[in-house]
Amino acid sequence: MSRPEIAGPASPADPAEVLEQTWRDPPGLWGRLSAVNHKTIAARFLYAAFAFFVLGGILALLMRLQLARPDSRLIGPDLYNQLFTMHGTTMMFLFAVPVMQAIGIWLLPLMLGTRTVAFPRMNAFAFWIFLFGGVMLFAAFLIGMGPDAGWFAYVPLANADYSPGKRIDIWAQMITFTETAALMEAIVIIVTIFKMRAPGMTLDRMPLFAWAMLVTSFIVLFAMPAVMLASTALITDRLVDTHFYDPELGGDALLWQHLFWFFGHPEVYLIFIPPLGVISAIIATFSRRPMVGYRAMVLSLIATGFLSFGLWVHHMFATSLPELGKTFFTAASLMIAIPTAVQIFCWLATLWTGRLVLRTPLLFVLAFFVILLAGGLTGLMLASVSLDTQLHDTYFVVAHLHYVLMGGAVFPLFGAFYYWYPKFTGRMMSEKLGKWQFWLFFTGFNVTFFPMHIVGLEGMPRRVYTYPDGMGWNTINLGATIGAFMIATSVLLFIVNAWRSRRRGALAGADPWGAGTLEWRAASPPPAANFDVLPVVHGRYPLWQPAALPDRVAGIDPGLREVLLTSVTAAEPDHRMLMPSPSPWPFVTALATTVFFVASIFTPWAVVWATLPVAITATLWFWPRRSESEQRHQREVRP
Amino acid sequence: MTGPEKNGEEDERCLHVGHLPTFAFGHRSPMWWGTLGLVAIESTVFALVIVTYFYLRGLADAWPLSGSPPPDLLWGTLNTAVLLLSMIPNEMARRAAERLDLRRVRTSLIWCMAFSVAFLAVRALEFTALNCAWDDDAYGSVVWMMMGLHTLHLVTDMWDSGVLAVLMHTGPIDGKRFVDVSENAGYWYFVVGSWLPVYATVYFGARM
Amino acid sequence: MFRLVLSTVVLPLACLPSGAAAQAVQQSALRPAGVQAATIFSLWNFTLALCAAVFAAIVLALCVALWRAHKAGRAAGASPGLAPDLAPDLASLQQPERRVHRAVLWGTAIATVGLVMLLVADVWTGRMLARLPMNEAVKVELTGHQFWWEVRYPEEGVTTANELHVPVGRPVVVTLKSRDVIHTLWVPNLAGKRDMIPGRTTTIALRADQPGVYRAQCAEFCGLQHALMALPVTAVAPAQFARWTQARGKVAPEPATDSRRLGRDVFVRAACAACHTVAGTMANGTLGPDLTHLASRPTLAAGMLPNDRANLQAWIVDPHRFKLGANMPPSPLPARDMHALLDYLESLE
Repeated sequence: MSRPEIAGPASPADPAEVLEQTWRDPPGLWGRLSAVNHKTIAARFLYAAFAFFVLGGILALLMRLQLARPDSRLIGPDLYNQLFTMHGTTMMFLFAVPVMQAIGIWLLPLMLGTRTVAFPRMNAFAFWIFLFGGVMLFAAFLIGMGPDAGWFAYVPLANADYSPGKRIDIWAQMITFTETAALMEAIVIIVTIFKMRAPGMTLDRMPLFAWAMLVTSFIVLFAMPAVMLASTALITDRLVDTHFYDPELGGDALLWQHLFWFFGHPEVYLIFIPPLGVISAIIATFSRRPMVGYRAMVLSLIATGFLSFGLWVHHMFATSLPELGKTFFTAASLMIAIPTAVQIFCWLATLWTGRLVLRTPLLFVLAFFVILLAGGLTGLMLASVSLDTQLHDTYFVVAHLHYVLMGGAVFPLFGAFYYWYPKFTGRMMSEKLGKWQFWLFFTGFNVTFFPMHIVGLEGMPRRVYTYPDGMGWNTINLGATIGAFMIATSVLLFIVNAWRSRRRGALAGADPWGAGTLEWRAASPPPAANFDVLPVVHGRYPLWQPAALPDRVAGIDPGLREVLLTSVTAAEPDHRMLMPSPSPWPFVTALATTVFFVASIFTPWAVVWATLPVAITATLWFWPRRSESEQRHQREVRP
Repeated sequence: MTGPEKNGEEDERCLHVGHLPTFAFGHRSPMWWGTLGLVAIESTVFALVIVTYFYLRGLADAWPLSGSPPPDLLWGTLNTAVLLLSMIPNEMARRAAERLDLRRVRTSLIWCMAFSVAFLAVRALEFTALNCAWDDDAYGSVVWMMMGLHTLHLVTDMWDSGVLAVLMHTGPIDGKRFVDVSENAGYWYFVVGSWLPVYATVYFGARM
Repeated sequence: MFRLVLSTVVLPLACLPSGAAAQAVQQSALRPAGVQAATIFSLWNFTLALCAAVFAAIVLALCVALWRAHKAGRAAGASPGLAPDLAPDLASLQQPERRVHRAVLWGTAIATVGLVMLLVADVWTGRMLARLPMNEAVKVELTGHQFWWEVRYPEEGVTTANELHVPVGRPVVVTLKSRDVIHTLWVPNLAGKRDMIPGRTTTIALRADQPGVYRAQCAEFCGLQHALMALPVTAVAPAQFARWTQARGKVAPEPATDSRRLGRDVFVRAACAACHTVAGTMANGTLGPDLTHLASRPTLAAGMLPNDRANLQAWIVDPHRFKLGANMPPSPLPARDMHALLDYLESLE
C-alpha cells in the first residue's frame, strides 16, 4: 500500500526504472483495487464498456430473432420490451459515452505529453461507480426486473401507475450511476486538457482529438444534469408521491420529454464528437500530411457543441407545440449540418491533397464517410416537421439512428482500436483479419439497417415486439436478422483478432504508423509514467516537425509523483504538483455510494442513513497521510 | 525558464522547471478548474429546476395550485441575510489562505462553521413555513425539489468546511491545504450565489 | 390508375375472410390517399432527390480523392509494408493552401444553400398542411387506451371502438385524448402522426381522397401490447358514410331469439357490463370498448383478430392468450352461457 520510498537522484538507478517504480500501481488484489494509473483505469473502462457493447449486441440479436418472422411467438412482449429498453440503455449509457471517455482518459495524457490525468482518484471512483451501475442493471435484468419502458422512459408509462414494481426505479438509478461517472470524467478530461499540456502546446497546437474531447466534456457538463434532474423527479414521483409528471395534480407529461431530450439530443453529439477527433488523427496519418483547415475544424467542433443544445424539440414534433417554435427547431437542426459539412470537406481536402497509405484504420474511417453521410442526410429529413410526422417512431428512425451512431461512433471506434492498438499493447493487429472484419461489418450493417428505411416508410412502427403477416414487411425483417448475425460474426472476428494479436502480433515499436502526435513518442505499450523525458512542444505535429530546442523538461523529480502544470492557453510552465498516490478509498467510497443508490430504491429513508458511510469513506479518501503531507511541506516552493 | 545548474549543452535542450512553485491559487490551480466544473454542473441543475418551476406555473390556472398561501417570507428572508453575511468570514478565510496565514484561516473557518449551523437551523424553520407539502401537487413538488437541492448543497459544503476546519486545526498542514481552503471558499460563493435565484423563485414566484 | 389498383386488388383482399388478408390493407407513407399525406409525400420526393444528389456528389468526391491520393502515394513510394515509411508532406505548415481552403469554403456555401432550400420547402409544406379547408368538417373524438381506441362522433351521436369511418373528400378533424399513457395516431396513407397525451388535447386534420381501408397503428410505445394496437380507417363515399353513422347511432335491438335473450342476460349479469356498453341495455361500462355494433366491425381486439365467432369465443375465454396485458379479464363461461353470449354478440350489428 505505501509508496516505495525512493531516495531520488542519490541512487544511481536508471531513471526510467525509478519512474516505473514511482508511477506503477501496487501489486496484489488490494493494489488493484487501489489503482489510479490513468491507463489502468481507462483499460478497465474499455473492457467494461466493450463487455456491455457485446451484451447489448446479444440483446439486439434476440430482438432480431423475434422479428425475423411475422406473428412470431419466440419472445413474449414482456421480455421483448425489456430487451429493447436494455439494448438502448446499454448502448447509450454503458457503452457509447463511457467508451469515448475511456479512450480519452487513456490517450490524452500521452497526446498532451504528461504523466497522468488530473484527479486520478476521482477517475478511479468514476470507473467503479460506472461498473457497479452497469452490473446492477444487468443483475436486475437477469432476475426478471429489467426496465421495460424504453430507454427514453416516457411518463406516464414509466410512472408508478403503469409501471408498478421496481423496474423503472432501477433504470432511473442506473442513470444516476452512469451520469455521476460521466460528469466526473468530464471534469477530469477538461482539467487535464486545460492544465496539464506539455509546455509549448498552446491551444492552437493541441491535437484535434483533444479538442473533440474538450468539447464533448463541456457538452456532458451541461447536458447530463437535465436527465439527472428528470430521473430524480421520476423517482420521487414513483417513490414519495411527488407530482412532477402527473397532469391530474398540475404536473405535465411533456415536462419529462423536454428535460429528457434536452439531455438526449446533445447525448448523440457527445457520442459522435470524439470520433470526429479520431477521424482527424487517422486521416492525417494515412494521408501523410497535416489536416487541412485546423482552425475551421476546431470552430466546427465548438459550433456543433453549442448547436447540439438547440435541437431537442425535434424529438417532439408529433406533440402539440406551437408551429413557430417547431420551425425554429427545424432551422437549428438543419444548421448543425453546416459545421459537420465543414469537417467533411476538410477531410476530403486532406485526402485529396494527401498521399494515401490504405490500412485497416483508414478503411473504417472511409466507411464512416459513407454511412454517417447517409445518416446525416436522413437526419435532415427528420429535422423537417412535416416529414417527421410521417417518419417519427418508425423503423426509418431506427435506421437513421443506427447510421448515425454506428456510422458516426462504432465504425470510427473500430478504426481507433486498430490505430491505437499497437500503442495499447505494443503489437500490431492482423491486417488480414482486420480487412475481413471490416467488410463483414460494412456489409452486415447495410444489410441490416438500410432496408429499415423502407420498411419504416411502409408503415412499420418502432418498438413493436411483433407484426402481422401480410403487411409487406416480412422479407426486410428477415434480411435485417441475417445482417445482424453478420455484424455479430464481425465483432467476433474483432475479438479473435484483438486476442490473438496480443501475443502473436508483429512488434509495433513506438510509432508504427509514422504518425505525428505525441502519444507515438512514448514506448508501446507506454511505461507507467508515459514518458521517460517530458516533452516540450513546438508545433501541431511534434513528431513530424523538425526538432527545436528546448525539447525536454528538467526539474521534475522522477522519484515522486510529480507533474508539471501549465497555463491554460499558452501552455507556459506554471507550477509543479504532487499527484495523489494509489488508494483503495475511491473503491470503498464507490461501494458505499452504490449501497446508497440501490437502497434508496427500496426505502426513501436510505437517503438519510446511507449518507453516513458515503460521507465517512469520502472523508477518509481525502484525509492526507502525514508522511505525504510532510514530504510536500519539505519540498515546498511557495507561489 | 531559467535555473542554470547543469552544463551548457544540457541546458539548451532542457526547459528547467525545478524552481517553480509546488502549489498555486485561483485559476492556476487544477482544483479551481475542478470546482468550476462542479459549479457549472450544479448551476445547470438549478437553472433547469427553476425553468421547470416556471414551466409548470405557465401551465397552471392558479399558482400555487391548490390555492394554499405562498411560503412565509420571514425565515427565508432572514436566511438570505445570514447567508449574505456569511460571505464575510468566507472571504476572510479565502484571503488568509492565499496569504498562507494559518492562524487567520483557523479562526475564520470556525466563523464559517458557525454561520453554516445558523443557516441550517433557520433552513429547518423555513421548511415548516413553505405552506405546502411535496405530495400536495406539482407546485409543492417543485418547491420542495428546489429547497431540497439547495439544502443538499448546504449540507455537503458544511461537511466539507467541517472536515477542512478539523484538518487545519490538527494538521498535517502543507500548501495544498491552503489551496483547499481557498477553493472551499469559492464553492461557498456558489452556494450563496445559487440561493438568490432560488430564493426569488420560491418566495416570489408564488406571489407575482 | 391508383384508384383502379386499389379497387381491383386491395379492397377485395380486404374483404377476404382469412385472418391475414383481412388486415392486408394499406399502411404506407409512400402511397398517399389523402391530401395531407400527398403534400408530405411531395416534400419527401424533393428531399430525397436533393439528399441523394448530395450523397452521390460527396461519395464521388471521396472516390476521386482516394484515387488521387493513392496515385500520389505510389509516386512518392508508399510501400505495402506495415509501417508507412512515407515522409509526411509538411508544405501546408509553411504556406497556407489558399486553393484548398477556397474549395472547402465553396463546398460549405453550396451545402448551406441546400439546407436553406430544405428549410424553405419544409416551411412551405407546413403552410400547405395548415391550409386544409375546414368547411363541413366531420368531427371525431379519439381516445387512446391501453391498448384500444375509443371513437366518438359527437355530432352524429355515435360511439364505437377500434374502427374509424371517414367520408371521402370531406375534411375530418380528429380530437385526440388519452385515458392512460401516451399513444400516437398514425394513418400513414392519410396524414402524419399526432400524439395523444394525457392531460392535454391535441387535434389533427386530415382528408381521405380515395376510398379504401387504411390501417392506422399506435406509434408511441405504450406498454406491453403497443404492437397490437391497430385501427382500420375506412374511407367511403359521403352517402355511404351517412348511412354508416346512422346505423351506428342506433341502439341495440331487442334480442329476437331465446338464445340471444339469454346471451344478453349473461352479458349484463356477468362481468361484461361493468366495462362495456351496449346502448339500449343496462350495460353501460366505460372502461372497455363500446360493443353496441360489435358484429359489424371487421376486427376484434384493436385490429388484431378477424371478427368471427371462433375468435370472439377464444378472446372472451382468455384475452391474454392473444394479448398479454390487455385489461380484459378471462371469462371461462359455462358452454350454454357462452353459446348464448356469442349468439347475442353476433346479433349486435
